[in-house]
Amino acid sequence: MKALTEHSSVWKMALFGLLVWVGVLSAPQQAQAEYADVVINNYADAAGMRPVVFPHWYHRIRFRCKVCHADLGFKFKAGGNKITMAKIIDGKFCGACHNGEISWSVENCGMCHSGIPGTPTHISGSTVQRLVAPAYKELDKKAQ
Amino acid sequence: MSKSIFKLTAIAVSLVAFVLPTAALSASKPVTSAEVTGSMPDKLSVSNANVFNRLLKKVNDPNAAPDKDGIHDTANEGTHALQAPKVAYEGLPTTEFGNHIDWVQALNSGKLDPRYDREDPEVEPFVMDLDIVRPVKASVPDVVFPHKPHTQWLHCSNCHPKIFIPQRNTNQINMSAILLGKKCGVCHGKVAFPPTTKSCKKCHSKPKDADWTPPLSNATVKNPWR
Ligand code: HEC
Ligand code: HEC
Ligand code: HEC
Ligand code: HEC
Ligand code: HEC
Ligand code: HEC
Repeated sequence: MKALTEHSSVWKMALFGLLVWVGVLSAPQQAQAEYADVVINNYADAAGMRPVVFPHWYHRIRFRCKVCHADLGFKFKAGGNKITMAKIIDGKFCGACHNGEISWSVENCGMCHSGIPGTPTHISGSTVQRLVAPAYKELDKKAQ
Repeated sequence: MSKSIFKLTAIAVSLVAFVLPTAALSASKPVTSAEVTGSMPDKLSVSNANVFNRLLKKVNDPNAAPDKDGIHDTANEGTHALQAPKVAYEGLPTTEFGNHIDWVQALNSGKLDPRYDREDPEVEPFVMDLDIVRPVKASVPDVVFPHKPHTQWLHCSNCHPKIFIPQRNTNQINMSAILLGKKCGVCHGKVAFPPTTKSCKKCHSKPKDADWTPPLSNATVKNPWR
């Protein structure tokens, strides 16, 4: 009798352990794009193209912020530069470098248009998005 | 290497996951010793609403490769031609926040030398070494704003005059503005290192005098029962 109880408890243990194991492994893993990757999707979705993903980390290894944000005039605002393909092929914005001279040329559509369709314009990993509750706005007014 | 560490951790976790509930289950059986019976059954009856990590979200891989990062479309062929951050970060000094790279150290150690000009790799940045100390009313160390690391990366016109009037202590700055993406938060929390518990002291770097105490609030000063 005792042997039987012990036996069944071993089975229960095994089953429970297995369940927990399955649970741990299949728990939703927090996907996280690299910090500061910018998704730009003012027009792309509407034109049937995937949104653009701009990797800051990759470019800052090669260029200082000054090159893009002072010389090339990129404003500090995700989606705030109203970039279009017409401007790019005229050598503005991404087109200042993605011209077949400094970097690969614009015909490599899928290198830039690589985002999951429907992703809104945003910058990944930003503090504002990660706050559990919005920061205290009252104080903010004074600092405008 | 990191893969095998991951596997080891997974095995360890599953072992623990196996052993804990096992002990809990066997606790209700008469075979086990009295001391286990005394403490364990409570664990099973803890309400589901009272678990850990209700609001804490942990990231399992902060430098995920493009095809696993949740914003790149894996059906797009270009996605698979993109570089994984970890490949490029090999050998760079690390931190525990943001890109998990210490970009200032990377520059100063010479491991990185990004161009200051779009075409000409010889152009040297115009670096200005001027520290601005901003006393903070709270108990945290005072803020030191160093122009040096900023001018190594940026141009004066990136900050002056739009974000900061170039005059000592004329700009109102506070932490909530920064967290909401204003002032220092235009960059810190978006591209430059973000404010997190582990990075506070990068900005709050000048410790208060030993005899410093926080000012008492009016409600306390006027409290007759104090
Ligand atoms: C260097 C990066 C880059 C490359 C390469 C590139 N694009 Fe774009 N494209 C952009 C950016 C940035 C935008 C602006 C996205 C937005 O705001 O929605 C854009 C927008 C667009 C738009 C919508 C706006 C408009 O101009 O009509 C279309 C359509 C488009 N791209 C098509 C293409 C096609 C087709 C190719 C390949 C021949 C291509 N792109 C290659 C960066 C790129
Ligand atoms: C190769 C060009 C390039 C370089 C180098 C670069 N950036 Fe950017 N940055 C961009 C682009 C493109 C955007 C997005 C603009 C848009 O969507 O219209 C952007 C956006 C931003 C934003 C706005 C984010 C938001 O959420 O509003 C900030 C802040 C920023 N960059 C800071 C920096 C800093 C700091 C550096 C240097 C460490 C840097 N950038 C280097 C191209 C660059
Ligand atoms: C200051 C020059 C410059 C500007 C502006 C610029 N890029 Fe780039 N970009 C580069 C260089 C250089 C490379 C590397 C090319 C190489 O390795 O041959 C690159 C590579 C890339 C890559 C590939 C990264 C990888 O993993 O291989 C993407 C995607 C990209 N750029 C997108 C953009 C987009 C989108 C814009 C505009 C919003 C832009 N770039 C603006 C210089 C620039
Ligand atoms: C990252 C942003 C940033 C950049 C880039 C930057 N500054 Fe500043 N600067 C500041 C801040 C913040 C202050 C302090 C303002 C305050 O205390 O209210 C300041 C203060 C100043 C002051 C006032 C000093 C004093 O004693 O009153 C001068 C002058 C100045 N900056 C010049 C420059 C010059 C020249 C450059 C380019 C070489 C430059 N700054 C680049 C953010 C910046
Ligand atoms: C225009 C963008 C920008 C603004 C605004 C800005 N920073 Fe920075 N800051 C950077 C960049 C880029 C770096 C380089 C390190 C990095 O990218 O993580 C940096 C580095 C620093 C460092 C050096 C950290 C180290 O490792 O030595 C300190 C300290 C700092 N910032 C404080 C401040 C403070 C305080 C303010 C506001 C008064 C401020 N920054 C505003 C872009 C900015
Ligand atoms: C990018 C630089 C930066 C980082 C990172 C940062 N702070 Fe601050 N902090 C500041 C500045 C600038 C002020 C305003 C100082 C002043 O009064 O002039 C400030 C002010 C404060 C104050 C005083 C109250 C207020 O809102 O003015 C507290 C408290 C504070 N910070 C706490 C923190 C904590 C906690 C962290 C880490 C999570 C942190 N800070 C990270 C720059 C920073």
